[in-house]
Amino acid sequence: MSTLLRVEHLTMRFGGLVAVNDLSFTANRGDITALIGPNGAGKTTVFNCITGFYKPTEGRIALAHGSPRTWDDLEALTRRDARSVTRPDGALFLLERMPDYLVAQRAKVARTFQNIRLFSGMSVLENLLVAQHNPLMAASGYTVLGIFGIGNHGRAESAAITKARHWLNLIGLIDRADDPAGDLPYGAQRRLEIARAMCTDPVLLCLDEPAAGLNPRESAELNELILRIRTDHHVSVLLIEHDMSVVMKISDHVVVLDYGVKIADDIPAAVRDDPRVIAAYLGVEDEEVGKVEAEVGL
Amino acid sequence: MTTPPAQSNVARAFKDAGFWALVAFGLFLPLIGFRAVQDIRNELALETRWPLLFGFVAIVAAGRLFHNLVIAPWRERRGRRLAARAAADVQHWSSRVTGVLAPCAIGFVLVYPAIAVWLAGAGGAVKWLDNFGIQILIYVMLGFGLNIVVGLAGLLDLGYVAFYAVGAYSYALLAQDFGLSFFTLLPLAGIGAAFWGLMLGFPVLRLRGDYLAIVTLAFGEIIRLVLINWVPLTNGYAGITGIPRPTFFGIPFNASDEGFAAVFGLPLSPIYRLIFLYYIVLGLVLLTSFVTVRLRRLPVGRAWEALREDEIACRSLGINTTNTKLTAFAIGAGFGGFAGAFFAARQGFISPESFTFMESATVLAIVVLGGMGSQVGVAVAAVAMIGGTEALRELDVLKQVFGNDFDPTQYRMLLFGFAMVLIMVVRPRGLISTREASVHLAERKAISGELVREGHG
Repeated sequence: MSTLLRVEHLTMRFGGLVAVNDLSFTANRGDITALIGPNGAGKTTVFNCITGFYKPTEGRIALAHGSPRTWDDLEALTRRDARSVTRPDGALFLLERMPDYLVAQRAKVARTFQNIRLFSGMSVLENLLVAQHNPLMAASGYTVLGIFGIGNHGRAESAAITKARHWLNLIGLIDRADDPAGDLPYGAQRRLEIARAMCTDPVLLCLDEPAAGLNPRESAELNELILRIRTDHHVSVLLIEHDMSVVMKISDHVVVLDYGVKIADDIPAAVRDDPRVIAAYLGVEDEEVGKVEAEVGL
Repeated sequence: MTTPPAQSNVARAFKDAGFWALVAFGLFLPLIGFRAVQDIRNELALETRWPLLFGFVAIVAAGRLFHNLVIAPWRERRGRRLAARAAADVQHWSSRVTGVLAPCAIGFVLVYPAIAVWLAGAGGAVKWLDNFGIQILIYVMLGFGLNIVVGLAGLLDLGYVAFYAVGAYSYALLAQDFGLSFFTLLPLAGIGAAFWGLMLGFPVLRLRGDYLAIVTLAFGEIIRLVLINWVPLTNGYAGITGIPRPTFFGIPFNASDEGFAAVFGLPLSPIYRLIFLYYIVLGLVLLTSFVTVRLRRLPVGRAWEALREDEIACRSLGINTTNTKLTAFAIGAGFGGFAGAFFAARQGFISPESFTFMESATVLAIVVLGGMGSQVGVAVAAVAMIGGTEALRELDVLKQVFGNDFDPTQYRMLLFGFAMVLIMVVRPRGLISTREASVHLAERKAISGELVREGHG
């Protein structure tokens, strides 16, 4: 198993606030890596740094495509002040040096958002086509040829629609393809956002609280969808989640953050029993709590 | 005898109408009640016009009373009936109208000159072709151009007239100095304006919403001030005169022996030139419309609309929002440049006076009134706004109501303002408020305007 993503000494400060402090972890290819922690622990900040929406104050975020041997170039790339290096058997990217849209376009990192960000006034199908913007743009000759109807934009578009149809079948929204995305129920919007991210052909899919607001049945369906993305489409997943039933069931590896610091990094079973994790989530037992508990008769 | 609650309804209606009359009195007192006139000694004197003022107040009161007693209950009943029906039906109605309206309208504008000449004669048709035909079509074209920036990409541009000016001055200066023909310069004017669109685009890329609006407003003013002050090039306030007119394959439209009328053995009339200009601008409008329709179905058009919906989501999908915004600015500006070049060629004279903020505001009003993003809506709004203001000049009928010294053109803007407010109250998202998806899998469905965002930058 090879490393896909390597986050090293990541620090993000907003003025005086240290949102993420010297965080290092790795995510393996083909794994579902969960990033958990109490509210305000800095999980979404880490996501924003990885996907290029924030420029980290310090640290390095590297992502490899293809052969594990691309990692050999890491130090040279860091010194060279370049964004990426491509070799015949793969490519290496330094995500902290790339603008957000290139992280998605070149490094192939797709993401979803905690508060759903669909194009609500566009149809479900259009949402999935916008996600395939870059290949379609190239096929339309960057609009110049497409405007005259020359080139293979038509063929590329039907291929894009076929792909969209595949995903719509998978998330059970094929019957609503022509409805506006904003009309879908909440759970369907969550699934559509994942499908939209998958239409960009990512190697790493970052899901920011995909189960938030879902009922237990929808949550179970979501588990299945994420597992399928991993096994059928060979896409690695980085997951922020509060719903422990999701985290413990599907993740291969859990990283726990508290106040911007990593407090645990292990397989789910080990993390669940880690006293520091329990303390971060439930608080430390102290005298005061004991007294109050005695008063209310616990 | 009516029942007590109904009685109180009537009483309330009268009280409400009285209140409206009071408001109307306050509003119209300075507008209509007084009039500054020069008396015999050439001094300014105030003249009161009480009968006219009370006439207006009475109209308002009666109108409100009519609304309260007849229209409001009817609307309430209708509202209940409509609520019972599915909202989808209303949407379908709207998109059906659009589908039928567009081909009919294109057919009509193609034969419009013939109808005008047939009904009004060669002399009478001049007004109908120039003021109503060409004038409206120029604004339709400007509306289509701005629609790309505001309606599709959601970038609020208050300085659109700048590109209109760039196109007009490009044509005027290049035609005079280099003697190039209209059809050579038309693309050049468009490219020049598109270039200035990029120039505007770069500094405002990071701005959104109100801030973007203010900077584009300033850009429009900068261009106008440059035109005023760069006297050696633009001749300042005096403007440029004697701009070459477009010719019919080299045949000019004038009274000379080589003129159009002489060559084709027709009686001398200005109508030929107007018909020719009409079809040029109609061609430009159809071209603009065709290009816009195509662009909407290409990835760039979908990226514009996605940008309007959510810029951050766009970037997360690998869309270069910088390029996307710049193409919207450039293409929108290019269409403005075409319209400007045509405007200069039609007028034969341009000055900075023609490119004030009022023009930007009018074009923006056309786009907003039409329903942002809708081509049919923009065309209908242009007809209503430009044709409407022109038609109000013709309201001699009102003289019979208010007496012979009543000048309808003076009330043009007032009526116009009322109409705008009314339309925005009834249809807040514009005349065509639904959006047609650019691609569909099983069936074409209209998307309600309530879901479509207006863009924040």
